Amino acid sequence: MEWLVPFTLTVITASTPLLLAASGELITEKSGVLNLGVEGMMLVGAIAGFAVTASSGSAILGIAAAVIAGVLMSLIFAFLTLTLMANQVATGLALTIFGIGFSALVGSKFVGFAIEPLPGLSIPGISAIPIIGPILFGQDFLVYLSIAVVIGVGWFLAKSRAGLVLKAVGDSHHSAHAIGYSVIKIRYLATMFGGAMAGLGGAYLSLSYTPMWAENMTAGRGWIALALVVFATWRPGRLLAGAYMFGLISVMQLHAQGAGIHVPSQFMSMLPYLATIIVLVIISSDRAKIRLNAPACIGQAFRPAH
Amino acid sequence: MTGDAGAEAMKGAAPAQLEVRGVTKAFPGCLANDDISFRIEPGEIHALLGENGAGKSTLVKIIYGVLQADQGELLWEGKPVTIHSPHDAREMGVGLVFQHFSLFETMTVLENIALAMNDVRDMAVLRQKVIEVEKTYGLPLDPDRHVYTLSVGERQRIEIVRCLLQNPKLLILDEPTSVLTPQEVEKLFETLRRLADEGCAILYISHKLHEVKALCQRATVLRGGKVVGGCDPREETAKSMAEMMIGQKLTAPDRGKDREFGDVRLEVSDLSLISDEQFGTHLKNISLKVRGGEIMGVAGVAGNGQNELFQALAGETEHEAAPDSIKIDGTSVAHFGPRRRRRLGAAFVPEERNGHGAVPDMSLSENGFLTAFRRMALAARGLIREVPTRSFADNIIKTFDVRTTGSGAEAGSLSGGNLQKFIVGREILQDPGVLVISQPTWGVDAGAASAIHQALLDLAAKGTAVLVISQDLDEIFAICDSVVVMSEGKMSKPRPMADVSIEEIGLLMGGLHDLDGNATPANDTALEGGRVGQA
Repeated sequence: MEWLVPFTLTVITASTPLLLAASGELITEKSGVLNLGVEGMMLVGAIAGFAVTASSGSAILGIAAAVIAGVLMSLIFAFLTLTLMANQVATGLALTIFGIGFSALVGSKFVGFAIEPLPGLSIPGISAIPIIGPILFGQDFLVYLSIAVVIGVGWFLAKSRAGLVLKAVGDSHHSAHAIGYSVIKIRYLATMFGGAMAGLGGAYLSLSYTPMWAENMTAGRGWIALALVVFATWRPGRLLAGAYMFGLISVMQLHAQGAGIHVPSQFMSMLPYLATIIVLVIISSDRAKIRLNAPACIGQAFRPAH
Repeated sequence: MTGDAGAEAMKGAAPAQLEVRGVTKAFPGCLANDDISFRIEPGEIHALLGENGAGKSTLVKIIYGVLQADQGELLWEGKPVTIHSPHDAREMGVGLVFQHFSLFETMTVLENIALAMNDVRDMAVLRQKVIEVEKTYGLPLDPDRHVYTLSVGERQRIEIVRCLLQNPKLLILDEPTSVLTPQEVEKLFETLRRLADEGCAILYISHKLHEVKALCQRATVLRGGKVVGGCDPREETAKSMAEMMIGQKLTAPDRGKDREFGDVRLEVSDLSLISDEQFGTHLKNISLKVRGGEIMGVAGVAGNGQNELFQALAGETEHEAAPDSIKIDGTSVAHFGPRRRRRLGAAFVPEERNGHGAVPDMSLSENGFLTAFRRMALAARGLIREVPTRSFADNIIKTFDVRTTGSGAEAGSLSGGNLQKFIVGREILQDPGVLVISQPTWGVDAGAASAIHQALLDLAAKGTAVLVISQDLDEIFAICDSVVVMSEGKMSKPRPMADVSIEEIGLLMGGLHDLDGNATPANDTALEGGRVGQA
């Protein structure tokens, strides 16, 4: 059983960036905005976090920079799609391509740099308890933050008035506008939250998961985060479970190889998408299910009628 | 008597609840409101009349703070006010029941109400208040039901309860009855009269002039963005008010006398269909026969299976019904798609113009081509024949008086009434043997509506079987020879128009199937007479 603790630890670290980015995208999508630029926002967040941490020596400053970078990226998207009414799908794809290139450009100077990884929590006595100690009480603070974020998102959507308004805007923007809510403003805020969380997810990769910068280091995690939101049918509880399931699948290949089982790594990296496709087929066959949770106005530009 | 004169008479007394003074609002290319002035007293039920595009909706939006006027001012209880947002309007005491419901389908009744309240601290308190208002005004509603499970009438109740919770001093209703049965309308009126008695001013917007006559004490008439007059609806006739709205004499459609019907051209027998739409209605044992020269109306409250019926008749839904459950001129077509049905001489006009009846981004001539290319021979060897295609569109525009810049104009740029005239014209000029048309004059102004009605009557006179699916009972009474009523996917037996009263249809719309033609033996005989030949 000595493999259990390191295995669980890698699952947690693999799931955390997915959970952060997907929680943000869930809020964005609930407001009716489909931002396919998650991968790009994560990469820009990763390089911003890494560059600032490497230059200043402060991980906190680095994390703040990653959040700001993610928000700035999402603002580009929001301005194009919400103010200028550009097509959301095309703009999101462009944002990802832009993020890949831009992060590589900025990051070229930082390849080969090494930084200290984020410190894990260390509570004397408790963190030393076998098995439970390192898993529950030995993580860095972003892991705990990611759990707090998804719980917060769940509470926000289910209990708060602002969450109700957000869902209303995603459900029927014309109705929300007629009652007097500012659809565009609410969507800007939701998109910015998505950007902030994607930036944070990127920072987790470059500051904690592998404390270094490598070009295109997100390696498709932004896309998995997007798939995860649909997989979870826009429900935060399922999002948490799904993130850990996808995290589990992605580290299984490493451990399978270590154990001498030969599963092609491509097969394993394909699994999250396959799972998403299967879930999509299942939920699409039951319209009631998707109808009740999916934001009806997703991806549609809002033009207030006269 | 003009609106101004009425207002003069009331001046000197208490200030008006709301006075609109010289409000002007321009949009690019159109002056929606041009120097509009009128006043509404407390406790008064005031009608705002006008055709589509007369500027009613713009004015309502200005009063409710959705839009800002370019010029002019609003006086609330005698004091000038600026209303920046619906939030401000609600704060002041203006409630608005929207024409197209502003509801969120996947949320509960209570959540929907909370969203439109300015300050909600505690959902439990709100729930209590909702239940109180429902009791006081006799508007039963379960606060925890999801909106998508509710009927249209119940949905409207949400909107009304939502307004009443704010203790409004002015309640605005924008076309509130277009989706209600006559009985539901009567109930709504009771509530409104009661509110007015309590001192609430009511601004009632409708193009149903019978209702305005029954409910309102004063009316302001708009045309082309201007106030063209005022009247006391109780002293006018529906016709005189309609003429004031359109500014010209109105001619009733000419039905012709002693109409003779030919063979059955459209026959539906025992058609049952399970709808795969989530909020759809299943069709249950639908049977009807329409003869050449006959116009049959399908009445019913929206959402009782009319859309499903239209789609089944047009061949839009794939289904496994027996092929002979639908026959066009004797040919079994239930397993055919729309194109093969059209080839047999059927034509279809759906309810939704933009996106269903026409492609909004395409020109009129391209839209004409889409349904007519075979019957009008507009294509040759897989290519579009430009010249005949354009002249076909020009012909529609000329024959049906479509107001547009020409056959190259985008369909989406036309007003609702003009686009409808084009679509109806496109099908009629193909000289169909069977025409199924859904909501032919929905949202169409009175002038265009009477042109469309006349065109349908002329078409029937040439021997076409016409099936009109409509929620507008006035329309059904004006043009149809016989009527069936749909309720919850079931269809009543056909009745000749002459033997049926508006009350009976209303009861059938409400789903009272035991009254279905069996109420009295006399009706049964009439029914037989109606089916075999007009007595």
